[in-house]
Formats: sequence, C-alpha cells, structure tokens
Amino acid sequence: MSQGWIRTEGLTYAYTDDTTGEEQPALHCIDLNIEKGEYIAIIGHNGSGKSTLAKLLNLVLEPTGGAIYVDGKNVCAPDMTDEDVFALRQKVGMVFQNPDNQLVATIVEEDVAFGPENLGVPSQEIRRRVDEALAMVGMSEYARHEPHRLSGGQKQRVAIAGIIAMMPECMIFDESTAMLDPLGRQEVLDTMEMLHRDKNITIITITHHMDEAARADRIVVLDDGRILRDGTPEEIFSDPEPLLAAGLDVPQSASLIHRLRKRGLALEGQVGTPGACVDAICRMYEARHKSL
Amino acid sequence: MKSITLGQFYPADSILHRADPRMKVILTVLYIVATFLAKNVLSFALLLLSALFLILISKIPMKLVIKSIRPILFIMAFTALINVFFTGGETVLVEWKFIHIYLEGVYQALFMVTRIVVLILGTSMLLTYTTTPIMLTDALEQLLSPLRVLHVPVHEFAMMMTIALRFIPTLVEETDKIMSAQKARGADFTSGSLISRAKALVPILIPLFVSAFRRADELATAMECRCYHGGTGRTRMTVLHYHPLDFVILCAMLAFGAAIVVLNRLGLGFTL
Repeated sequence: MSQGWIRTEGLTYAYTDDTTGEEQPALHCIDLNIEKGEYIAIIGHNGSGKSTLAKLLNLVLEPTGGAIYVDGKNVCAPDMTDEDVFALRQKVGMVFQNPDNQLVATIVEEDVAFGPENLGVPSQEIRRRVDEALAMVGMSEYARHEPHRLSGGQKQRVAIAGIIAMMPECMIFDESTAMLDPLGRQEVLDTMEMLHRDKNITIITITHHMDEAARADRIVVLDDGRILRDGTPEEIFSDPEPLLAAGLDVPQSASLIHRLRKRGLALEGQVGTPGACVDAICRMYEARHKSL
Repeated sequence: MKSITLGQFYPADSILHRADPRMKVILTVLYIVATFLAKNVLSFALLLLSALFLILISKIPMKLVIKSIRPILFIMAFTALINVFFTGGETVLVEWKFIHIYLEGVYQALFMVTRIVVLILGTSMLLTYTTTPIMLTDALEQLLSPLRVLHVPVHEFAMMMTIALRFIPTLVEETDKIMSAQKARGADFTSGSLISRAKALVPILIPLFVSAFRRADELATAMECRCYHGGTGRTRMTVLHYHPLDFVILCAMLAFGAAIVVLNRLGLGFTL
C-alpha cells in the first residue's frame, strides 16, 4: 500500500445522540490515501458521511476508531499536544459552506490576518502574507471593505484567502459552493483550481454538484459511511448504475455518452465535462466521414 | 440593508482621524475631566471654543454635528428649566406668584447646558466620529491589557466586541428576512395593542435566536480551524505606534486643562 500524504486506516466515527445516548455510526472503516498535490472530490448523498470525513481530517471531530496519518504523523495518537493540533490545522486548512459564518473581523484584511495572528507570525510577515493571499484570490481592491457588503462569492474568496495566509499544504472545501449563485460558484471553483495548479496545494472538495466533481482528478464516492467507488471521473461516470443506486446523479454529459455507448456508438476519450463530450462526439463523426 | 453603518464613524482625513486610537481614548477622558473642572464664564467660554475647534479640525460636516445634538435636546431643555426655576440666589430677576427666577439660576442653567453640549461634541469629535469601532476595540484592548495581571479577560472581551460588530449587520439582515417570511404567512406587527404587538415579535425572535446559535457554533468551528486559542501567543498584523503628532495633541490637551484651571482663578462674575 502506498504511503499517501494523508492516509486513513480503518477510520470510524459515530455520533452520540445527546438525548438517548445511542451511537449513530457515520463512517465505517474508511481506508483512504491522498497524495500530495492531488485534486480530489468526495461525493455522496446527504448523510453519507462526507462532511464528517472532512471534519475528521483536521481533527474538528475526533475519530472513534482507526487512525489518520498526515505527512507521516499519526494525528490520532494520544500524545498529540495542542501545538500538534495547531500544526495540523495550519497544514490542512478548511473552508466551510456558509461564507458569513467563517469571517471573524469587520474588515477584509483583518479577517485574512486572523489565522496567521493566531499562529503567532510576526507583524510584517502577516502583512506580506495577507497582501499576497488577497492578490491570489483577486480581492486586493476590497482589502479595506467590510465583509457584509461583499457578494457570496467574494466572501467565500476572502475565507479562502484567510486559509491561504496560513500557508497550508492541503485545503478542504466542505460544500463551499453550495450556498453561492452560479457566478460565485465559478469564482470559487476557479480559485480552487488555481491553487491546485499554481501552488501545488492538495485540494479536497466535498460537493454534491456532479459537474464540480467531474473537474477533479479523482473522485471518491461515499455511501452510508463506506467508500463505494474511488477512481478518475471517467472511471466513475462511465459506469453510472452504482451512482444512481446510491442516490447520486451523473453529469448530463457523462449520462449522454454512457447512453450513446450503450447504443453501440464508439465514443472515445474523456467524458467528464460538456466540452469533452462535444469533442468526443465530433471525433466520432469525423471518423465516420473518413471511413465513408 | 447593505448600507448599514456601525457606530458613528465618519471617514475623512484629519489630524483626529490619524491620531492613535489609544491616545484618543486618553484624550477623551482628559477632555471629560476638563469639562467638569470649568467653573466660571471664562472657562465655559473656553470650553465652547474648544468644542468648535475640535469640530473644525475633525472635518466633520456641520450637518452631522447638529444631528448628533438633536437626541439630547430634550435633556438639555429639561436641565435648563430645572436649573432656572429651582436654583436659589440673591439677585431676583422675575418674581411672579410662586415663580422665582434668580440670576444665579440662569447662569447655572447656561453652564449646565454648555457642559452637556461640550461633553457630547467633544467625545464624538475626539472618539466616535473619528475612530472606527474596530480601532476603538483594539485601543481598548491594549489600554486595558495591564488588567490581565488581575485575571480580567481583556482579550476575550475585545474578541467578543469584534464578533458582535461583525455580526450585527448579518443578524439585522436575517431579522428582515424572517419578518418578511412571517408577513408572508399573515403575521401582523403594526396593529393592535402594545402587548399584542410585543407578542407578534415572538415568531421573529425564536428563529433569530436559533439561527444565531447555529451561526455561533459554525463560527466557533471555523475559528478553531484557523488555530484560534485565545490571546496567548497571538500576534497582530497592525501594531499601534504612537507618533510625535500624538504627543503634540496630548500636550495641547494638557495645556487646555491648565488654561481652564487658570481661568477659574480669575474671579469674574458668577462661579459654580
């Protein structure tokens, strides 16, 4: 078994019901390997445990069983000190769903500075990181603005800048586009992909938008707290039956290609995005014309 | 609702805007002391002049200044009337049935009204109009930081202030949404007796509280994810530095206080 940058072994988590005291299992024995620099989407229907998995990865929740290794270190070990937890959270940053509920300060740049301030970074260094992070997400001109005057997508980009300023190696997006309008979603997705491409930051995005998942390099499908499928978008979407059985959708383009293939059309190449789908169909027609 | 502004801060570029917020807090305290030191016509005249001077250098438009006085007009009038009618003295001005107005009473009323006006103007020019709420919070955190020795959670209070300031517009927006939602369901907030109107607010307050708690929970998680662990070992991006200008202003303020004391000594006319 390869040693991923993030590796979970038999990761199990159960919620305890406050009133009855019963344990509500959310994740069963998850074995997952995530390499450095990967762009990975975790999909699953509501209650499949995808958000729980994200929260376990930077110890917002503590696993009830199994182990998590980040950068070769067992972060579930009992000898973890508070400093170790902070070090982990600095490495693995997290962006949440509601942009309003993760901004702390009344001025954009003060908010971006919040993380590095907590880490005890010297003032001048914070200044440099804040300017850099804001430039990276394209929000420099809003540095002195008040967060409540920004649009959803802009707020979410400020939240991302707040994490970037902590210089993480991995960022988890817990349904960070779910509350945004299409424009805001696009802004956040672009920022996410830019971070992956230019900064080599490992991206783990949790989503129920299949189109978003299709843009990742790898998809992990969760169903009832277990890993149902794990593979590239092409692998996952070329076989839609298990997904549909798990209550998930397939991107329209993938669904179309799948049905055309079923009819016996020879379509090749990647089918994740509408563009790729159009290309595949065009190529097929060209091939036909040539053979005629 | 996006246009909601917090506090009274008026953005402008003046000496008072640029001064260190900590110094402004100190100056405000000194100014309040000075207003209470004034005792005779001369020193009260100086007080009024100083308030006008502050308005001039703060570059706050006169319209806004008058607006800040309006809410206290009633208090001013009330104070004036009480002082005019109920202060005893020697020089009688008006004597009609049970009403006696003395010259001392008129002086006293004038002084009191001047004091109130100057207090309001001085504190708003020195502090609230020229300092953003966040700067004010920072300044108070630093000024009060010696109290940490006595286990006063200064940083925690400042953090609470910051978060409160951050979430006021968000919650106002939310209240608006809930009100619209309840109106759409036939709720009526504007008619009926006071009690029935108060009761009509319950369906607004409950969802608002529930959502505020949910927000608090999410915010706490987000703050934890950003390594927040209280004030220990925390650095700040903007470190406040005193500039020479701040000390010039401080000296001016001290000179002003001294001038008031000196003018009090010149026994001219009525003294408090």
